[in-house]
Amino acid sequence: MTATADSWSASEPRASWLARLFDSKPFLIALCLTPAIGLLMVFLTYPLGLGIWLAFTDARIGRGGVFIGFENFESLLQDRVFLMSVGNTVLYTVVATIGKFALGLWLALLLNHHVPFKALLRAIILVPWITPTVLSAIAFWWIYDPQFSIISYVLVDVLGWRDSYIDFLGTPWHARWSLIAANIWRGIPFVAICLLAGLQTISPSLYEAAMLDGANAWQRFRHVTMPMLMPILAVVLTFSVLFTFTDFQLVYAITRGGPVNSTHLMATLAFQRGIPGGQLGEGAAIAVVMIPFLILATLFSYFALARRKWQQGEGND
Amino acid sequence: MSYSRRRILLAGAGAVAAPHLISSGALAQGGGKFTPEKGATLRVLRPTKFVDPDEAIFRENSEAFTKATGIPVRVDFAGWEDLRPQTAVSANTGAGPDVIVGWTDDPHLYADKLVDLTDLAGYLGDKYGGWYPLAELYGKKNGTNQWICIPMGGSGGPAVYRESWVKEAGFNGVPKDLDGFLKLCQALKKNNHPSGFALGNAVGDGNSFCNWLVWAHGGFMVDEKGKVSINSKETIAALKYGRELYQTFIPGTLSWNDTSNNKALTAGEIGLTQNGVSLYFSIKNAKDAETAKIGADLNHARMPIGPAGRSTETALVVNAMVFKHSKYPNAAKAYLQWMMDQDQYDKWLTGCFGYWAQPLKAYAKSKVWESDPKITLYRDTMENALWYGYKGPITEATGAVNAEYVMVQMVASACSGQATPEDAAAEAERRAKRYYRA
Repeated sequence: MTATADSWSASEPRASWLARLFDSKPFLIALCLTPAIGLLMVFLTYPLGLGIWLAFTDARIGRGGVFIGFENFESLLQDRVFLMSVGNTVLYTVVATIGKFALGLWLALLLNHHVPFKALLRAIILVPWITPTVLSAIAFWWIYDPQFSIISYVLVDVLGWRDSYIDFLGTPWHARWSLIAANIWRGIPFVAICLLAGLQTISPSLYEAAMLDGANAWQRFRHVTMPMLMPILAVVLTFSVLFTFTDFQLVYAITRGGPVNSTHLMATLAFQRGIPGGQLGEGAAIAVVMIPFLILATLFSYFALARRKWQQGEGND
Repeated sequence: MSYSRRRILLAGAGAVAAPHLISSGALAQGGGKFTPEKGATLRVLRPTKFVDPDEAIFRENSEAFTKATGIPVRVDFAGWEDLRPQTAVSANTGAGPDVIVGWTDDPHLYADKLVDLTDLAGYLGDKYGGWYPLAELYGKKNGTNQWICIPMGGSGGPAVYRESWVKEAGFNGVPKDLDGFLKLCQALKKNNHPSGFALGNAVGDGNSFCNWLVWAHGGFMVDEKGKVSINSKETIAALKYGRELYQTFIPGTLSWNDTSNNKALTAGEIGLTQNGVSLYFSIKNAKDAETAKIGADLNHARMPIGPAGRSTETALVVNAMVFKHSKYPNAAKAYLQWMMDQDQYDKWLTGCFGYWAQPLKAYAKSKVWESDPKITLYRDTMENALWYGYKGPITEATGAVNAEYVMVQMVASACSGQATPEDAAAEAERRAKRYYRA
């Protein structure tokens, strides 16, 4: 007993301040958070802050700018190309998101049934999502080529349904729809796999109860599947909207904003103005204009879809 | 005989161990006055190849420089689209390659970040018969005699056509005037061998066609002082002509990028377009016998001359610049001198079939231009061609207006009927003024 007490009292003063420091909860919290906060500050907050600052300057590549207030934004408001890009971005996001969700949900429902080779099928579904965007963009670029399109070839030369090749990317509306189709194709797997995960958490007993109550397939979908899927739907929708709104690669690789700027999204226009065009301040301003749209979209997904009473178990409103 | 003396000297020098002795010795023999810094290393960034030997020979020449001087050189190749942003980032951050072989007006955007190359340009000019006008224009800082870059070559864009189809249409070659040219295109269309010129956001081909069209009619984006002058009756005449010409194009040119006309011509879909010499060589040397046959039928001609009274083709020029952030500016100068000296440059020029036509007059006598009479036309690229942003000075605005495809989109929207010529010209004026306002 004495020996233990001795060694105890002997060791205590040596470790005291260090041990006490590491025993202190606030210190540990600060210590553990530092790397994460440091990374966020350096790689997220700083670039974002710098981007916002640049939007209020007339910086050009190779030369720092001076503060010019809202001049960039005022000049953008008069710029038809910019206004068109805003319209394009909204259209692109809305239509592509609806398309992705309709088809993705449908695919998820199909996959939720017992089908042979389920695991293999699910893996294959993911292919469009894991292919690098630029690769799939190049594939679509060939599919939409005015002279060598496989679609045109099949329609004209094989089936004989048309006389002339389709000018997919040469007229504004054709080009817009073509890009939206490509984006939907790319986005479906993400939605489908996430919703599938959501579907599998729904307890089969709920369906059994509904069937006992005499609910038909549509009613089961409407009153069991949909509400149970809402929380995950909200999250997936938010992500999907963010990805689509900020899409750059597909458009840049397939049309580079053409024909005559009719497919420019805000992201591609910001890049074109900022980097190849050298107008860093103006490019940053376009990117900054995207922020309110993104916040709005996020808030909409959260408040419209996620904040439901049933989430707290108080029934559906 | 200087060739062999030099080789012997290099070989001898290579045996000596001390690197700084070798370098100064070898280069002094070549007549250069640049003594590379001790322990220098160089990083070079340039556009990726369009013809295979471009990269191979450029690397070979760089390795030979390393062998001769002991200075390691790393050459990176950037995609054509990526080169501009990479140049911009390097200039902006003051880090990255010592030497960038960049696009046309880039040196002018970063003029105050570049090492003065007047001594090197003077030396090369004296030794090789002087610089061509376009090389001087790109090489010298606007309105001064200070060289900020060394133009290494220019890729021109004359007409490329199928001889037999043009003959079949009743023409003996491509007419030299605008009326005849339109008639040729109409006849080609009638025979189902339409012409095709890029009207999409194509850096090289879109700009060469649209600039040619507007300049040929006497229109231009800005005047000599940099005042926006695109909304003129000459431009509108050009757009009206363009609209008629567009009727003879193969469908889909509005979405064409830089490779589309190459693909269409190679596949025998079009009979006339505008391109660099690479197209002819890729077809002529194709492994596929059918394609190679097209090569024998191809020929080149100057694009017609309009009311402007002079040739209005343009050229994509590559300019080598040395950044002030480089720790080894003298080594970089020695490297550029090495690459431009006859032993290396002629090999490169010849190996690339003249793809990057020479900026120095003496190289007009290079054997490459006699190797195939069909490419002789490209020899004079740097003599005749005009610059992007003609007639104005090369400034930041030139690059911005170019990057925005203001000229290309004006022509595209008017040709396709999306806007009237008057509206298209007014819109281009408005867009150009956004950048030329300062």
